Amino acid sequence: MAFGDQYKKWKVDDFKVSSACGLSGFISRDGHLTGGEVIIESMRVIRERGNGLGGGFAGYGIYPKHEEHYALHIMFEDANGKSRCEELLEESLEVEASEEMPTMPIPQIQAPPILWRYFAVPRREKLTAEGLSADDFMVRLVMAINTTVPGTFVFSSGKNMGVFKAVGFAEDVGEFFRIPDYSAYTWIGHGRFPTNTPGWWGGAHPFNILDWAVVHNGEISSYGINKRYLEMFGYHCTLLTDTEVMAYLFDLLVRKQGLPLPIACKILAAPFWKSIDEDDDPAEKELLESLRMTYGSALVNGPFAVIVGYSRGMVGLNDRVKLRPLVAATKDELLYVSSEESAIRQICPRPDRVWAPPAGQPVIGELKGDV
Amino acid sequence: MAKTYTRRESEVRTVTVDAKGVYYRDLNSRVRELIDGGYTEIVLDGVNGQRYIGDGLTDSVNIIINGVPGNDLGAFMDGPTITVNDNAQDCVGNTMNSGKIVVRGHAGDVIGYGMRGGKIFIRDDVGYRVGIHMKSFKEQVPIIVAGGKAGDFFGEYMAGGVIVLLGFGEDERPVVGDYLGTGMHGGAIYMRGEPEQHLLGKEVSVSPLDSEDRKLLEVVLPEFFKDTLTDGAGVDISDFIKLRPFSHRPYGSKYVY
Amino acid sequence: MPGTMVPSEFIINIDQERCRRCKRCVMNCGFGAFEFKDRTIADSSKCVACHRCVVFCPEEAITIGRNPLAFRENPSWDVGLRKSIWRQAATPGMILTGMGNDLPWLNIFDHLLIDACQVTNPSIDPLREPMELRTYLGRKPDHLEVEPNGNGGFGLKNKVSNNIRLEVPIMFSGMSYGSVSLNVHRALAIAAEQLGTVMNTGEGGLHEELYPYADHIIVQCASGRFGVHSKYLNAGAAVEIKIGQGAKPGIGGHLPGEKIGLDVSGTRMIPVGTDALSPAPHHDIYSIEDLSQLIYALKEATDYKPISVKIASVHNVAAIASGIARAGADIIYLDGFRGGTGASPAVIRDHVGIPLEIAVAVVDEQLRKEGIRNLVSIIAAGGIRSSADVAKVIALGADAVGIGTAALIAMGCRVCQKCYTGNCSWGIATQKPELMGRLDPDWGAERLVNLVDSWSTELKEILGALGVNAVESLRGNRERLRTLGLDATTAEILDVKPAGR
Repeated sequence: MAFGDQYKKWKVDDFKVSSACGLSGFISRDGHLTGGEVIIESMRVIRERGNGLGGGFAGYGIYPKHEEHYALHIMFEDANGKSRCEELLEESLEVEASEEMPTMPIPQIQAPPILWRYFAVPRREKLTAEGLSADDFMVRLVMAINTTVPGTFVFSSGKNMGVFKAVGFAEDVGEFFRIPDYSAYTWIGHGRFPTNTPGWWGGAHPFNILDWAVVHNGEISSYGINKRYLEMFGYHCTLLTDTEVMAYLFDLLVRKQGLPLPIACKILAAPFWKSIDEDDDPAEKELLESLRMTYGSALVNGPFAVIVGYSRGMVGLNDRVKLRPLVAATKDELLYVSSEESAIRQICPRPDRVWAPPAGQPVIGELKGDV
Repeated sequence: MAKTYTRRESEVRTVTVDAKGVYYRDLNSRVRELIDGGYTEIVLDGVNGQRYIGDGLTDSVNIIINGVPGNDLGAFMDGPTITVNDNAQDCVGNTMNSGKIVVRGHAGDVIGYGMRGGKIFIRDDVGYRVGIHMKSFKEQVPIIVAGGKAGDFFGEYMAGGVIVLLGFGEDERPVVGDYLGTGMHGGAIYMRGEPEQHLLGKEVSVSPLDSEDRKLLEVVLPEFFKDTLTDGAGVDISDFIKLRPFSHRPYGSKYVY
Repeated sequence: MPGTMVPSEFIINIDQERCRRCKRCVMNCGFGAFEFKDRTIADSSKCVACHRCVVFCPEEAITIGRNPLAFRENPSWDVGLRKSIWRQAATPGMILTGMGNDLPWLNIFDHLLIDACQVTNPSIDPLREPMELRTYLGRKPDHLEVEPNGNGGFGLKNKVSNNIRLEVPIMFSGMSYGSVSLNVHRALAIAAEQLGTVMNTGEGGLHEELYPYADHIIVQCASGRFGVHSKYLNAGAAVEIKIGQGAKPGIGGHLPGEKIGLDVSGTRMIPVGTDALSPAPHHDIYSIEDLSQLIYALKEATDYKPISVKIASVHNVAAIASGIARAGADIIYLDGFRGGTGASPAVIRDHVGIPLEIAVAVVDEQLRKEGIRNLVSIIAAGGIRSSADVAKVIALGADAVGIGTAALIAMGCRVCQKCYTGNCSWGIATQKPELMGRLDPDWGAERLVNLVDSWSTELKEILGALGVNAVESLRGNRERLRTLGLDATTAEILDVKPAGR
């Protein structure tokens, strides 16, 4: 792989890294902001699902002062990569502000890379010249930095949201990145148990592109074809981690192709032919058949549970035979989704309702219309 | 097999442990210490997510859990009785040999996997793959009863034992999911009401109850209602059907030599 | 001097002690190798080792051996080469042969290994959990559009064009009526219907009797246009333009007049006893835009049924396939250099073309690079021998496979390679009424169904081990293949990592 050398220090080889992990997330549908200590508290309960080789969080609504700017979180192996990357940023973007990311050094988090964040928008003349939307431009820029600038990795690129991740247990990663200092209407968290390589910072979850942030439990057995399918649409899987395809698939299907989220979920966790054949509504049958015919290469096969955050909401989704656990709960305007009920009950002892979503059926929570 | 203890009923000794925030290894070793110290009833308060409670225990002790226990509750258990006054998670009674687990709430996926003996009573809904590959051996006949509804692959490749599904619940979901009893080659599933034909695995068929089946349910159901604090007044045994496998060797013709 | 100077390839041994003079061998041999004069006498020079006599001898009195005659060893002058020279020195002409390439070329399939799950993702139990092989052949849009349907759900805005639905990703390859008997076509059609798949007519038209099987037939339109007319074109689920064949890329066909009896004549719509000559190219296709013209002519004639284009795997196959996709085809049928034939010059069959595995890999990759993989389905045929080959070629990028030789073997073929003689003792590659009656179509269909069912079960077992429950998750998933003992360049072309990486 062309970029193999660039990540030598962070990665062992071009293995696909898969992992079995713990997930938790919640959204306040009324837009109420919650401090980051709450998601850390939830993740602490399912510490056993990770092994300390990766943890991370995504928060939505954390940068209200910069809500019109793309917030780029970038990790650099050394100052060299940083200056090369900044040249590229300067050329493409109007950078409103940049700063070192606030961290609290703790012994549990070792050898951090240089961590910097930038609030920026694409230069108008660039967009005009390239004929691209700002979002498409940013996707291309992130792909370009991640594949061509040595030792540099953009790990968050959405607006008014941010991804924080590192090698370590989730609660330690949260402390390191001072997560309690942020308030968000949606929080998602992840504790990782990578299975075939040592973890590296970029390989921790959530995976992000624009405002999509994905935390994932499971291994995507169809990774090889999902990756090749995405390549047809200009997405390059640079992290060699199967979860990455999930983030790009949501971006492709929902943002680029304009499919509704529930339809995208029917593609990723397609119903079986048996249930399509048994469907007695001909229009629904044709829809489901056409989705499977057209998007067979986007079927995510193998055990998975994911929580996906986006600017207006959060979705929890299981694979089509429910080989990974997922529990949901509601309390007033809050929707919770997690790998284990205990992670929810830790931060919401008396939910109004707790249930196990069936295989392949998304649990979606969105901000209310006027929020 | 369960160790047999000679303590008499009058010697019940109860102890309460505050489990809040206690790491599972510490909690479980504390439980073992208490058993070794002669306690016969251990109440765990403030449990949330601690795994492996009751794992591998062979004593006839009562464990009462207040809170949501973590995965693998009562795995490899061989004798104790566990009562959960809340919901439970995945893999309850994994490969359990004897004893009883009562959950006064719902439980997650893969309940009673490979279970060979004892009882698991879940008051409400259960998830996917419940009773997967449970089996009986010699005089041991494992029993799972769920009061609510069940997900897909209920009783998947079940090789023996008994599963009872009552189907209580307000929501509109069907009582049981798809691929019911797929690969089943032993044991029996009793359900209140007949499942839709298209949900049945290809290895099973529906039949009415015979007198042996009735006798079994007449014993099991009252015990379930009592343990799970369920009002069973509306339950009529004549509403039940039985699912049985066609064969003990469903795949004999899959191979060519 | 004796004619060809070529010694017999096989020696027939009859155990006269066991022989009870029933003459079944005399009746069964399509090649006339036996006669009866007081006792059974064999002429080994006529034997092709088709084993018909061996199978039907009630006393097991017949064995066929290789001629032990020694030749001075010389690896440069393989005995086969010497025999060819003797034959051609005796009579000028190309050496004719049947079936697929029989030279010991590297077989890439045998250097590919399939992955399986351990721990990190679970394998799936295919006997008990759903395992899906359903496959659709034809053009797919690159995206779908939906709109709210007013009931809280969504309805389709753009439709997917006609596709052929296969319940298994295995179909029967084109074998023409004429090269094979009507009973072979009958068996293929019955089996295709039972399996929920399709057979392919080959270039010799479709006997009227088989029109009821339309949903399970692909009708072929080749350069000879035998039996091609409007009703025929509409008698199938799709139409295939046959440009070339893996066994004889760039070569036309020649069905000798002796095989054109009344029924074949009626189906091919040519006079009885005339040679049926297929030109090497279609004379309305001298370039890619002409292919497009024919594709749309066929679509117009069939109310836009899927159009398949069959090509032999040749060196520049990737660029050719891209052109075919852009010309409007819905299916590309790639025939590898091991593909079978009823008759081909041996020099072409054995030395022209490239392996199917490479063709599929480069075509799939090229179409993806151009972002047009959704325009066509890829069928891989020509050398598919087992369910393992099916799984491997699908992982390399094929949507489905075609089987020809394997289907014939299921019905008794011994791969004796004498199809062009019309003497097939098994009633397969023959039009002689006394021979073709030997193949009972129902018996043949049952054997085909058994074979494809067995392969499907094995394929499901492979998918289960891979931890996926739908064939589309294997399709193009080269990540789940590894090479063993394959050179680095070939592995790179296949885009498959070596075992251990």
